[in-house]
Amino acid sequence: MRYNAYLYIAVMFGVSYLIRVLPFLVMRRPIKNKYIQSFLYYVPYVTLAVMTFPAILYATGSIISAGIALAVAIVLAWTGRSLFTVAAASCITVLIVELIIL
Amino acid sequence: MRFRDNKRVFAEGMRDGIPIGLGYFAVAFALGITAKEAGLNAIQGFIMSMLNMASAGEYAGIASIAGYATLFEIAVITLIANARYLLMSFAMSQRLDPGLPIHHRFIMAIDVTDELFGIAISRKGTLNPYYSYGAALIAAPLWSIGTSVGIIAGMILPVNVVSALGVALFGMFISIIIPPARQEKVVLGLVIISFAASFAASKLPMISGLSSGTRTIILTLVICIAASILFPREPEDPEEEAEELAEVSEMEEVLPREGGIRK
Repeated sequence: MRYNAYLYIAVMFGVSYLIRVLPFLVMRRPIKNKYIQSFLYYVPYVTLAVMTFPAILYATGSIISAGIALAVAIVLAWTGRSLFTVAAASCITVLIVELIIL
Repeated sequence: MRFRDNKRVFAEGMRDGIPIGLGYFAVAFALGITAKEAGLNAIQGFIMSMLNMASAGEYAGIASIAGYATLFEIAVITLIANARYLLMSFAMSQRLDPGLPIHHRFIMAIDVTDELFGIAISRKGTLNPYYSYGAALIAAPLWSIGTSVGIIAGMILPVNVVSALGVALFGMFISIIIPPARQEKVVLGLVIISFAASFAASKLPMISGLSSGTRTIILTLVICIAASILFPREPEDPEEEAEELAEVSEMEEVLPREGGIRK
């Protein structure tokens, strides 16, 4: 660590809060343009999808346990299970698969 | 009446914040293990998580701190890892009542995260800030305490449990993107394309050399700009939607009568 930890934390907070608050302050009126609305609607799904794959495959001790956990999570989410159920089930899947294969 | 409404919405937010908070706790625990390795103590981890509320952003920051980074480097990596919140805040600001007092805007901005954004934006009509406050009141402390507990207790956990916790974050992401993908073909197509493009970008020469944060930004912009041009959605203005619905029901009333006349 080069500087005091609180200095690092302050910089991180300053940047992440600015990112979050500026759109709230600048955009005081709704945009009616349907292309911009569509863009904003798609952003979170695409960002999360991009961040999830292939990163999830390298998040555990083995690519096999992670791959199976991914499949389990997709099936459960598809059938409408809650966020907590999906997250917990993927963790438990990794635990079980790694007990078997490792 | 208005106050009662806000109270009910606040309670709904707290209810929906519980599963998110529990997921956060597990993910933050894993984050705490990394934070300890970087030399942060439990109090520093708590403050960092309370102020930042960002999984990918905090991971990136902690890794940089461990790597002896300058403050400028920390600022840039935080900007890149959290840039998507700019878009999410932007999307949320579009759904606010234009007359909402400005202090709500300052407070709502604190806890814009992938999941809290997801549950707020998926509600109908204009966003009620009290929904987000209720959800954040549960989720933020669990995220912060989880980080501290990870710093204190992370080293005690067996390796296979740490490995299993590694997918918690991604499980949460999947539970956010899959339900709308099931309902809308365009979103399903986008999720599949995003998976494929992200995989390709991690393998291709040149692009794979970029940091994962930078790749995420580039792919998100390219895919979303293309999708919004090729598949623009109809405006989500609640008033317009209500008018459209009213027109449809009027037509339904008119049509059978006309049919009746013909008979």
